Amino acid sequence: MNIIRAIEQQQIREDLPRFQVGDTVKVHYKIIEGNRERTQVFQGVVTRRHGSSNRETFTVRKMSFGVGVERTFPVHSPKIDKVEIVSHGKVRRSKLYFLRDKVGKAARLKEKGF
Amino acid sequence: MVTTILGRKLGMTQVWSDDDKLVPVTVIEAGPCVVTQVKTEKKDGYSAVQIGFGDIAERKVNKPMAGHFDKAGVEPKRHLMEVRIGEGDTFKPGDEITVEAFADAKSVHVSGVSKGKGFAGVMKRHNFRGGPGGHGSHAHREPGSVGQCATPSRVFRGKKLPGHMGSETVTVRNLDVVRVDPEQNLLLVKGAVPGAKGALLTIRTA
Repeated sequence: MNIIRAIEQQQIREDLPRFQVGDTVKVHYKIIEGNRERTQVFQGVVTRRHGSSNRETFTVRKMSFGVGVERTFPVHSPKIDKVEIVSHGKVRRSKLYFLRDKVGKAARLKEKGF
Repeated sequence: MVTTILGRKLGMTQVWSDDDKLVPVTVIEAGPCVVTQVKTEKKDGYSAVQIGFGDIAERKVNKPMAGHFDKAGVEPKRHLMEVRIGEGDTFKPGDEITVEAFADAKSVHVSGVSKGKGFAGVMKRHNFRGGPGGHGSHAHREPGSVGQCATPSRVFRGKKLPGHMGSETVTVRNLDVVRVDPEQNLLLVKGAVPGAKGALLTIRTA
């Protein structure tokens, strides 16, 4: 069992900043078009972190032209160039599914005070 | 060159491939196997090697087997298997076969004994549809009709019926080799292989 743990540990990326549910992040994601590689930025609120070890994923929600878009990324994907934390949101639950029912000003999260 | 090795299934996980895709893999502890006997054309009528895998406590080895291992001058092994070898291959007892033999292999065949399911009904065993769930039906997981009445007035041979399922030798062919780690004797293949964790597996090149 420990061997499998070790294999999973090798995959885990330590270089990404620690972000939590409720944070607004910019995900720089590498995209391969033909044989050209470019980076796409997806900015939004982290609404969920799911799974553990090298299987962990997180979901980012943003409003795009009035339509809510949610995108799920594997946390330890080599395709993630970097993750920037824009702001920390103050939340009391682990999954922010309630944001799906809120529009505009109601969908804001309070900034976390330190 | 021996293209077959014995191993143990350690479990499954996921790894990132070279093209950044998440691949489901089975981790196999493959070898090291040791040659315990060499069979030759002259003496045995065909050429093969007997390979052993897995440690076993000395007190658990019976006298005839202990003698067999003594003759080869190797530590007692738990599992033995015979592998045919090609012409020109020379082996001597005590030679080690490691997972490095698979370093160049693109894909492998993996055999093992599947998990036992006990006495299973037709839905689990043969993927029958079963009967209706409700509407006055009582035939929820039944096989239905097994044949006709006067003609042929018997049930055909080979009719799929309930019975023992699992615990049979299953071979999964052409599994992609994802990674070979000679240091830890690990072989990572894409996809699932038969058996439970800790099960004995036979791995041969495709």
